[in-house]
Amino acid sequence: MSSPIATTMAPKTAAGDVSLTGVSKTFGEMTAVQNLDLDVPQGEFLSMLGPSGSGKTTVLRMIAGFEEATSGSIRIGGEDLTRMPPHQRPVNTVFQDYALFPHLTIAENVAYGLRVRGQSKTDREAAVASAIAQVKLGHVASRLPHQLSGGQRQRIALARALILRPRVLLLDEPLGALDKQLREEMQIELKSIQRDVGITFIFVTHDQEEALTLSDRVAVFNNGRIEQIGTAREVYEYPQTEFVARFLGLSNIIPSDTVERLTGEARVVSVRPERVRLLTGTDTASDSDIVLAGTVAEIVYTGPTTRVLVDTADGIRLITETQNSHHPAADVQARRGDSVRVAWTDDHAATLP
Amino acid sequence: MLRLSRGARIGLGTIVAVVLVFMYTPLLLVVLNSFNAARIASWPIREFSLEWWGKAFASEPIRAALLNSVLVGLGATAVALLLGTLVAFALQRYSFFGKQSVNLLVVLPIALPGVVTGVALNNTYNQLLEPIGIQVGYFGMIIAHATFCIVMVFNNVFARLRRLSPNVEEASRDLGATPWQTFRLITFPQFRSAFIAGGILAFALSFDEVVVTIFTAPPGVDTLPLWMMNQMARPNEASMVNVVATVVILFSLLPVWASQRLGREISDRD
Repeated sequence: MSSPIATTMAPKTAAGDVSLTGVSKTFGEMTAVQNLDLDVPQGEFLSMLGPSGSGKTTVLRMIAGFEEATSGSIRIGGEDLTRMPPHQRPVNTVFQDYALFPHLTIAENVAYGLRVRGQSKTDREAAVASAIAQVKLGHVASRLPHQLSGGQRQRIALARALILRPRVLLLDEPLGALDKQLREEMQIELKSIQRDVGITFIFVTHDQEEALTLSDRVAVFNNGRIEQIGTAREVYEYPQTEFVARFLGLSNIIPSDTVERLTGEARVVSVRPERVRLLTGTDTASDSDIVLAGTVAEIVYTGPTTRVLVDTADGIRLITETQNSHHPAADVQARRGDSVRVAWTDDHAATLP
Repeated sequence: MLRLSRGARIGLGTIVAVVLVFMYTPLLLVVLNSFNAARIASWPIREFSLEWWGKAFASEPIRAALLNSVLVGLGATAVALLLGTLVAFALQRYSFFGKQSVNLLVVLPIALPGVVTGVALNNTYNQLLEPIGIQVGYFGMIIAHATFCIVMVFNNVFARLRRLSPNVEEASRDLGATPWQTFRLITFPQFRSAFIAGGILAFALSFDEVVVTIFTAPPGVDTLPLWMMNQMARPNEASMVNVVATVVILFSLLPVWASQRLGREISDRD
């Protein structure tokens, strides 16, 4: 799908690679970001994911220039802009609350960046008109921001930033205020815009599903550090820390003594619920499976899946998640209190430190 | 909404009518008396004439007093607009040691009785500055008025700034605007109506100030209120005061009308 905004944008911009080296930020006693290294290649869609206060927004604001790094350096396309004021940086931001100028019309909002660069009204008119028309909001060009819906404001904020053809687009939880359905539409839209314009996108979110869906890579933040960075599959399937395992979806963390008894190796592992099979009655495990016995403690129907919580003899509670398939007979048949077994293969168990 | 019985409605309506009559009858008397042909205002008016209007317009002291009032008002308003806005920004946008004290000290002059301000400034001008060779003169009166005019601008601008989202200024910087462009194109237009309203109030306050003016006006300089007050002591030309008062009433309607228009513009936007 080709995005409507993208077609007006410049061909692929060069030198939109972002490089943070040893960046720290302290606010008085509080350390928001600690000695952070991050390299984002040109054209990547990177999500910074983490709970609030994890430092992800501070990193974004340092790239935009609203916060100055206490130490370290920030480069875009090789150019050091650690101390450059925000209005000189080749980046633009889509803000969480859109930050449209309330006293300017939609057309004036979109034209703003060109206007402060000294472009004459007649010169910018065509660019502005087509940018607005192509987010399908031509009919609201002369309205004020408060007359628009949330989704419309979101599109205008995006058009206002992209009309300047930044080398890097920063997005600060831009979909947070939208309802679920609109959010999913905008996710698809964002992804295709990013692919078409080829601009580096750095996207801050606390919604793990959004991060996994949109990004080439996800950086998981905690306590001012990056806990793990990798593709969606890497961070989800192979979390390297307990924090990542727990923050991204549900996870079974199995303590080392249990793992040692089952495999002979003392290590903590994380296994995703959908990788754990529930064995009832005469179901058999294969030879490579790791199997634990237990009783069904709870059954939760979520619509597309059924979760079964199993208490094992070791005193741990495991979650299994089974897809409700096209064949209803294959649905989970267990009841509370049933004796069952759970099984997984070691390939799906990520070792945690 | 509260539902009132018929009796209560009639009762309240009567009270409102009485209050309004009590408030506006004296003003109406002033206007009517300005057309009174008699030297001494008397009731009922026996003969109407435009004689006093003609004399008032030809009067040199009245022109001088009016000019003084306008100059002092404009001067005090200009000082108040600049300083009031700067203080509002400082107290709204930054935190610093003594912030609460500064807030209090800025607002205090409006609560302070004018006679206290007047005596204090008079002492300062005459016993402190004059001996060391500084003649404040006309400028002293402008400064005196500005002390309480600042509050009008400060209060209006401060209240508006509190409602503005700081995000839009960041968005402006982000889109490439310099700090000055951001102020001119984004920040100022958003508090412009509060700025103008504060300026109008400041001017009105200065224009009818009597007490502080008495203590700070240089010798031989009259503002319009001072001239009117002095004139009342010489009752044989009191009718001229009525003419001046009528003109002032007409001019007072302008700021009221303007501030209501500004108010409407603001509530439309919200």
